[in-house]
Amino acid sequence: MEYVLIVISAIFVNNIVLSQFLGICPFLGVSKKISTGIGMTGAVTFVMVIATIVTFVIQKAVLEPFGVEYLQTITFILVIASLVQLVEIILKKVSPPLYQALGVFLPLITTNCAILGVAILALGLEDTNIVKSVVFAISHAVGFGLALITFAGIREQLDLMDIPKGMKGTPIALVVAGLLALAFMGFAGIV
Amino acid sequence: MAKTESTLKNMVLTLLVITCVAGTSLGFMYELTKGPIEAAKAAKQQAAIKEVVPEFTNNPGEEMKNFTSKEGFEIKFFPAKKDGVLIGLAIETMTNKGFSGNIRIMVGIKPDGTIINYQVLEHKETPGLGTKMADWFKTDKGNQSILGKHPKKNKLTVSKDGGEVDAITAATISSRAFFDAIRVAFETYTENQSSFTVTSNTSTEEGGTK
Amino acid sequence: MNQWNNFSKGFFKENAVFTLLLGMCPTLGVTSSAIDGLGMGLATTFVLVMSNLVIAIIKGFIPDKVRIPSFIVVIATFVTIVEMTMQAYVPALFDSLGLFIPLIVVNCLVLGRAEAFASKNNIGSSIIDGLGMGLGFAMALTILGSIRELLGSGKIFGTVVFPEDYGMLVFVLAPGAFIALGYLIAFINQVKKES
Repeated sequence: MEYVLIVISAIFVNNIVLSQFLGICPFLGVSKKISTGIGMTGAVTFVMVIATIVTFVIQKAVLEPFGVEYLQTITFILVIASLVQLVEIILKKVSPPLYQALGVFLPLITTNCAILGVAILALGLEDTNIVKSVVFAISHAVGFGLALITFAGIREQLDLMDIPKGMKGTPIALVVAGLLALAFMGFAGIV
Repeated sequence: MAKTESTLKNMVLTLLVITCVAGTSLGFMYELTKGPIEAAKAAKQQAAIKEVVPEFTNNPGEEMKNFTSKEGFEIKFFPAKKDGVLIGLAIETMTNKGFSGNIRIMVGIKPDGTIINYQVLEHKETPGLGTKMADWFKTDKGNQSILGKHPKKNKLTVSKDGGEVDAITAATISSRAFFDAIRVAFETYTENQSSFTVTSNTSTEEGGTK
Repeated sequence: MNQWNNFSKGFFKENAVFTLLLGMCPTLGVTSSAIDGLGMGLATTFVLVMSNLVIAIIKGFIPDKVRIPSFIVVIATFVTIVEMTMQAYVPALFDSLGLFIPLIVVNCLVLGRAEAFASKNNIGSSIIDGLGMGLGFAMALTILGSIRELLGSGKIFGTVVFPEDYGMLVFVLAPGAFIALGYLIAFINQVKKES
């Protein structure tokens, strides 16, 4: 039951992008087309889940026993950077067109605050254990994807519309994101 | 200055050196700031205690007692005394039923259990909704305030659950959690009430008559 | 470019938030009040200046292939230093900014300047670049924070301007952040076009 709560909360109520402000850069940068949005979601999910698992283990097996929790930021970000390198290598071999489409955004997953953010947040869960962290990570990745793909869908339509010059591009994207965030706030009462 | 070549040896060496220097400087900074961080935490705790109980003349921090609630939480009791007489207790209580995790509250009660005041210490609730608990239950509007109420005489929970108190609008879960923390504090207090004497038997600090 | 231009570009011409659109996460995440925005801006400036400085010094020693991980370790170190210092000396601000303090390490602005500037310029220019970009970032965050705090709760830097009941709560919440920033950028774009 608790897991259902984690899942619903992560995807809808505390959506990582629309309510916790993490992952905004790729959200604004890769959401111009639905197809790239989907590809980015896949890459982020992979990195987010594995990063959360690895950082969880490191925190419990190394940082806490040795009393060096202050090294958390450094170790976590290094883990994430290495994972992203790995994803890049794998993607290049497995799906070159997707690799090309994601372009510069792939290495930028390292600086995706959502990944580091989720890794740190997972440790703050009550009675945290590895399974909960994984569920947490997957749910947030799904939430990220949901926000990203919905937004991409809207933006594809937005491109075809007549928008006042000053608002074109980023400003209107931000206002629309705000409306989307407002809509997601409606989920606040569920849990 | 010529750039170092990207040989495997150089790359590994560079990263190793940088990480070692980083680790050492952080270890150093850690030792440096450990004291001030502890002091800041203690000051915060002292300020919270001052806020929820009447003026005292002892040092509640030094007379703190720890008890475990039946849920397994560590509840801290800070007795506030004026000239040796117990005038209030600041209780650092918590709940794990918050919307987004644990909520820690410092609630001040009179020795008979009446609530004097409270201060929310730590939470992860939604800004603008759950966060309102910091002031909501102190505000004298409608049935919001719990100040001066007593957990045995008043039903201290949200009206949805048959209680007397108006929950925070659109933040029922946070409100329920808040009352859960109060309940934990009161129950643990009642269980251990004998450990807190109202008057001190040993001679008082200032002594004499008032 | 001369040092004045180097410094001032961070405020308008190449402002991190309004022009380069870098560091969006903290921009939206900690600007529900002016003081939080300012605090985050200054913390980021410190990290930016220090990491630019160190990277400009050691850039010759770092093999090209490991430069990004090396930069990241340097930046992460200074972020942790900022974290500890804030926790010790400004605990209230530390609590307000919360998760976003360690997230400075993934602020694209910091890594971006290290890569684009500090790794290619001398120490003096790198420091000034860090200062300019950082303070420009702080300025943007403080402006957005003030707008959101004013519209959302009737206060600026804690001083009450009008009663909180007349405020539009949405501005201190998530949607308001997006909307406020959107209009702010639109306004600035308009100003730029006319100047």
